[in-house]
Amino acid sequence: MTFAVIRFGGSNCDLDVYHVLNDVLGAPTDLVWYKDPVGEYDGIVIPGGFSYGDYLRAGAIAARTPIMNSVKQFASVGKPVLGICNGFQILVESGLLSGALSTNEYPKFCCKWVDLRIEKTDTTFTSKFKKGEVVRMPIAHKEGNFFADSDTLKSMNLHQRVAFRYVDSEGDATASANPNGSVENIAGVVNKTGNVLGMMPHPERASESVLGGDDGFRIFESMVEYADRL
Amino acid sequence: MSLLPPTDLETITKRLNRPPNPVEEGCFLNLWSEHCSYRSSAKHLRTFPTESDRVIIGPGDDAAIVRLKGDLVLAIGMESHNHPSYVDPYNGAATGVGGIVRDILSMGTRPIALMDLLYFGMPDQPKNLYLFEHVVEGIAGYGNCIGVPVVRGETFFHDAYSGNPLVNVVCVGLAHEENIVTATAQRAGDALILMGSTTGRDGLGGASFASRDLSEDSEAEDRSSVQIGDPFTEKLVIEAVLEAIESGYVLACRDLGAAGLVGASAEMGAKGNLGLHIDLDRVPLRESEMTPYEILIAESQERMVLEVDPSDAESVLAIAEKYDLNCSVIGEFTDDGQYLVEFEGGVVVDLPINFLSGGAPARKSEHEIQEVGVAEEKIPEIRDDLATSVLKLMASPNIAPKEWVYRQYDHEVQIRTVVKPGDDSGVLRIEGASGIFGIALSCGCNPAHITLDPYNGAAGSVLENAMNLACKGARPIAIVNCLNFGDPEDSTIYRQFAESVRGIGDMAQTLSVPVVGGNVSFYNESDEFGTAIPPTPSIGMVGIVEERGTQTQTSSHAHTHTHQIPGTRFADAGDTIILVGATADELGGSEYHSIYGCSGGRVPAPPADPQRLIGTVIGAIDTGCVTSAHDISNGGIAVALSEMAREGNIGATIDLTGIGDWDLPHHATLFSESHGRVILATPAPDAVLGRLRDIPHRTIGTVGGDELIIGIGGDRVVALPLRRIRDAGEEITRMMR
Repeated sequence: MTFAVIRFGGSNCDLDVYHVLNDVLGAPTDLVWYKDPVGEYDGIVIPGGFSYGDYLRAGAIAARTPIMNSVKQFASVGKPVLGICNGFQILVESGLLSGALSTNEYPKFCCKWVDLRIEKTDTTFTSKFKKGEVVRMPIAHKEGNFFADSDTLKSMNLHQRVAFRYVDSEGDATASANPNGSVENIAGVVNKTGNVLGMMPHPERASESVLGGDDGFRIFESMVEYADRL
Repeated sequence: MSLLPPTDLETITKRLNRPPNPVEEGCFLNLWSEHCSYRSSAKHLRTFPTESDRVIIGPGDDAAIVRLKGDLVLAIGMESHNHPSYVDPYNGAATGVGGIVRDILSMGTRPIALMDLLYFGMPDQPKNLYLFEHVVEGIAGYGNCIGVPVVRGETFFHDAYSGNPLVNVVCVGLAHEENIVTATAQRAGDALILMGSTTGRDGLGGASFASRDLSEDSEAEDRSSVQIGDPFTEKLVIEAVLEAIESGYVLACRDLGAAGLVGASAEMGAKGNLGLHIDLDRVPLRESEMTPYEILIAESQERMVLEVDPSDAESVLAIAEKYDLNCSVIGEFTDDGQYLVEFEGGVVVDLPINFLSGGAPARKSEHEIQEVGVAEEKIPEIRDDLATSVLKLMASPNIAPKEWVYRQYDHEVQIRTVVKPGDDSGVLRIEGASGIFGIALSCGCNPAHITLDPYNGAAGSVLENAMNLACKGARPIAIVNCLNFGDPEDSTIYRQFAESVRGIGDMAQTLSVPVVGGNVSFYNESDEFGTAIPPTPSIGMVGIVEERGTQTQTSSHAHTHTHQIPGTRFADAGDTIILVGATADELGGSEYHSIYGCSGGRVPAPPADPQRLIGTVIGAIDTGCVTSAHDISNGGIAVALSEMAREGNIGATIDLTGIGDWDLPHHATLFSESHGRVILATPAPDAVLGRLRDIPHRTIGTVGGDELIIGIGGDRVVALPLRRIRDAGEEITRMMR
């Protein structure tokens, strides 16, 4: 079983995700440069960073590179694809996930730990959580304000495509717990089949307790367990 | 008319037996600027202790190299980007980050952490607020994009920075020793490769620009002297250069900073006693019809020069191609000692390389350094009660929390940040260094103290940083500094400079910590306000946190370590609070004096045996029983306690009876800024007190409740609910909303 972390020019969380998957979890992982072919893998992670310097729009240019065709192919057969932060922006820009990510309501970069409520556990990435559980992870972004029009939103809620919401420590999705103005406090979403997840918080930064918490580790554990069964 | 000082022109003409041509003049103007050649300061800088058994490369290269453990080494550098940040705050600050990061990169190390020190005019002036906001945004925009976390910072506000704010940046890199490269060219016949961005007209003459005063018209006139940063390209340059170095292709490396291509390449050759032959037609350009002078001195960002064996040049070009970077072989090292530049078939520069780089005669700005006594204390009538004073201090921009600033910096990327910003020191875990948990980083200085007493103020600033590290159980291993001053021709400023250097050097010597690098920034003056900045010898310090035996594995997976590092916050009700160190009547230059418009007074002098003090505090923390530790600095004991209560969201009951001499007035007990003091809290006071026997200390209270209550001699002098302490600190956030 082998996983791939895709590096675009400007990716900067590639080595962090690699460390967690390969060194902490012990799942063999390759770093794949976006110009190279994607080989046989059991899961793909698109890490955070500033692909193409966020020029044009965050994730817009990376979403149009040829490697994303391979990623779409990969996702279409039910294999796991995880996009974190800039990776989420790329998945949205490439059409693999619904919605859009725009500039934070308070239009500055924001790096802090947030509380998240687990909305869905029957996905490739959340099977190790309990529904309604409140977990902690850091965010670090300027364009994480999730938006979807009301029809899309209705459909997403109906089909349970919201994976996480920003909440307060009590688990309530309040306005003051929303760090970026995301509609309905949405922090992460999945595709229809639950094998593609995009999230603004960084699970790889919350995978070792020495760094302040390890709730994010279960995302990777869930993914590896799923890939193992596939 | 020549822009060169007449004496320099004379020296050059005499040496060359001819006048320099205009292109050569431009090279001298930039390479012989104070910014590049330390002509007024070198004599003083030589007095710093620069060696220890950890120092592999000391001052003089792009950055210093210090051994961490085994073959793991750290690179450490510090630089100012003051003038550009006033003219164009976003780009000035951004390129300041880019420049120091490339210094670290050019040693062959991966940049792993940044610290930013900002000295600004008071934020209640709209222009200062504008500058501050955009400088912070510039640092964030650049540092976040390249993925190097800002783990600690410093902000200090004072009116005299209004026309000339300071932006200083520290960067730390990590590498295996075998990958270290220097700026010293190795062999004649090797190729010189230029990699990274194209060369344009941005940042023309930045080095000579940095070496003069700012005038009222600076904003419009000097805009072309400010470089524009492209962090995306910088990130690609980082990856490409590290790949080339790790592949073993690179024999020497420099980043292009002050004085652009001529600065970097001439210094490389001169350090290796080699000549260099450059063909300017091979430099990838961004603009048309650039003159050879412009190509040589433009400070376009994100460029590096590499010395490579000619047989490896193709491989290096291929790495650049992978990362979509411009790259070109632009020259060859020679053994004739000449710096020879050709352009469109003609020779445009032909100079002895050791004369161009390193030949600048020292400036003789020798002033008598006179003893200055303690300035008489002038204190207007203060009607506030002590609790009100505490709240006013907590609201002062110099003390209020800087969350608004560090929220904008990605301080988590690279997943090493254990102790986050807002604490006494940032702590990074470092994997693979056996016996070592990680490194701790601190920065800052106290310009108010230094203005009144440059020697004690500067020495105290070094100690203060060491105490910040000690609060995390870390021992200092290296100091860097940025010596920011006004015009050194002014005898008062020259004395402040010389005395600050002496103070830093003496304290570094006392603590056995080498000063491994830094820079000097003179002429920080403003025509607009008719002011010179307060003397600001800012300090960056790196320390080592040893692995302790008390590790426990609390998590389900095996790789997780926990390591008890005390935070600044009070942790648990019932913990015993201990004050370490002696308190004296030292309110000179204090924040208390500042908010009430007092002047003069005695500036804190470092205690007699700071080495033992630091060792003892680290020993106490090594017991693993200390839950909170906070260095006492701006605002004194009262502010330190208030911060610990606010951060922990839990109160404390304190009795300061008997602190200091019997006649110490209450306000001095609470607000004096005497050095070498720490507040500790512990659930196991016997274990901690046992370690403190050798140094002054006293148990002063207990953690608990939702109020901070301070008594002295039976009087309850402060009683503040946590909410009021918290509200007082919201000032900066409120201003920015």
